Amino acid sequence: MIKVENISKQFNGGPVVLDNISATFESGKTNLIIGQSGSGKTVLIKSLVGLHEIDKGNIFFGDACFNTLTDNEKKIIRQKVGMIFQGGALFDSLTVMDNVRFPLDIFTDYTLSEKEDIVHETLKRVNLSKAVDLYPSEISGGMIKRTSIARAIVNKPKFLFCDEPNSGLDPQTSIIIDNLIQEITQEYNITTVINTHDMNSVFEIGDKVVFIHQGKKWWEGDGKTILHSGNKELNEFVFASNIAKLAKENLRDNE
Amino acid sequence: MIVKKLKELGRYMLLMKKVFYKPVKRPILARQVIEESDKIGFNSVAIVTIISFFIGAVVVIQMAINLENPFIPRYLIGYATRETIILEFSSTIVALILAGKVGSNISSEIGSMRISEQIDALDIMGVNSASYLILPKIIAALIFFPMLTLLSMAVGVLGGYISVLGLSSLTPNDFITGVSYDFKPYSVVYGVVKSIVFGFIVTSVSAFYGYYVKGGSLEVGKVSTKSVVTAIITVLVFNLVLTKIFFKY
Repeated sequence: MIKVENISKQFNGGPVVLDNISATFESGKTNLIIGQSGSGKTVLIKSLVGLHEIDKGNIFFGDACFNTLTDNEKKIIRQKVGMIFQGGALFDSLTVMDNVRFPLDIFTDYTLSEKEDIVHETLKRVNLSKAVDLYPSEISGGMIKRTSIARAIVNKPKFLFCDEPNSGLDPQTSIIIDNLIQEITQEYNITTVINTHDMNSVFEIGDKVVFIHQGKKWWEGDGKTILHSGNKELNEFVFASNIAKLAKENLRDNE
Repeated sequence: MIVKKLKELGRYMLLMKKVFYKPVKRPILARQVIEESDKIGFNSVAIVTIISFFIGAVVVIQMAINLENPFIPRYLIGYATRETIILEFSSTIVALILAGKVGSNISSEIGSMRISEQIDALDIMGVNSASYLILPKIIAALIFFPMLTLLSMAVGVLGGYISVLGLSSLTPNDFITGVSYDFKPYSVVYGVVKSIVFGFIVTSVSAFYGYYVKGGSLEVGKVSTKSVVTAIITVLVFNLVLTKIFFKY
């Protein structure tokens, strides 16, 4: 579980990017942070993983207050964290196999064959067994995302962060990636936090949804209750998408 | 302006502290040093050889023209050429060449990793990204800058000898006598020590600019240029400082 208590952040005395945000992200569930571009959701997710230092508040990974830990203690927590970046952030000079094996090389004392077995198993899990010897420049966007997922989960993390995992992908591949993340979350009982503005993801895998608007938490619920929130700003965001309009019409028809 | 530069210096110092703090496991570090040695060292042999050969040749021709005087012994041309190449030319010029070739490569490589979030990925995994990316480059430079400098010294003198073959005012024997006249191994040590310092400057300064780049590919190009300019100026300043320290006149 990840718990965020009253966190705030501003850069170099500029406008407040995160304003007193509190939320709880539960394990075994896909927790979504949604909001318009510039609403502060990327800053929030980067603050959660420690890439930005927060000005105020606390972030708990389980019982550990992450922001008050020493660098060495943070390092131990970080070894339990996996992250999927918007662009994949794969190492260009390494093959798919080497990219996925990287955390094992750094943090474990397994033999090469043991590591390769784990990597093959993980790549099989994300349906990438045929791409082991290819470089990131030789694979498609969807394969880059799947390699990134494999690298994030190869060390069996307890916490998984995804920064817009569907950006740049076609709708069909987006659904595959969403389902894969949800399956892995449930399978390994990971606390997964996903940053997205894809409404399809909200309806498909939104076990918990936090809506950020102008740096503040505006609403909290799930993918089912979001259509009936009655919150003006959230409705403007949600119903800008035709998918949401259709979903609401379907609900009305069923009722 | 001064405050900004001092802040930049402070940031550089903090980055260096991070670079030498708890490196990755030794086998991984060793593998990376070998990879970097290939890029920094072996791939630079050709350019260092070519430039050193031609500059050595030109130095001898210029010496021969400018020391055309019956009161100056001809062998002094060889002597002056050797001193020029060993004391100043090899270590400094090799550093300047590599600041352009290797320095721009390091800053753009690390800069590209920064903007594509690869460095963030390392940090999130709990890897000391500064040490993982920069330390192998520094170690490879500390090993290969002196080697390339020694190579440059030898090839520069050889270039001078070859050019003597085409001169009527100087015989090869005079040149060889001059090159071996009053030889002090201390001069070579001085050149090698300078090259070690320059190797550290070129790699660390370039890596510093790449590591802290913000923005997109345009900024990576800009910091690449900035890192080369800063590394060159720093090398020249340290050249003066080291000359003052080694030769207390």
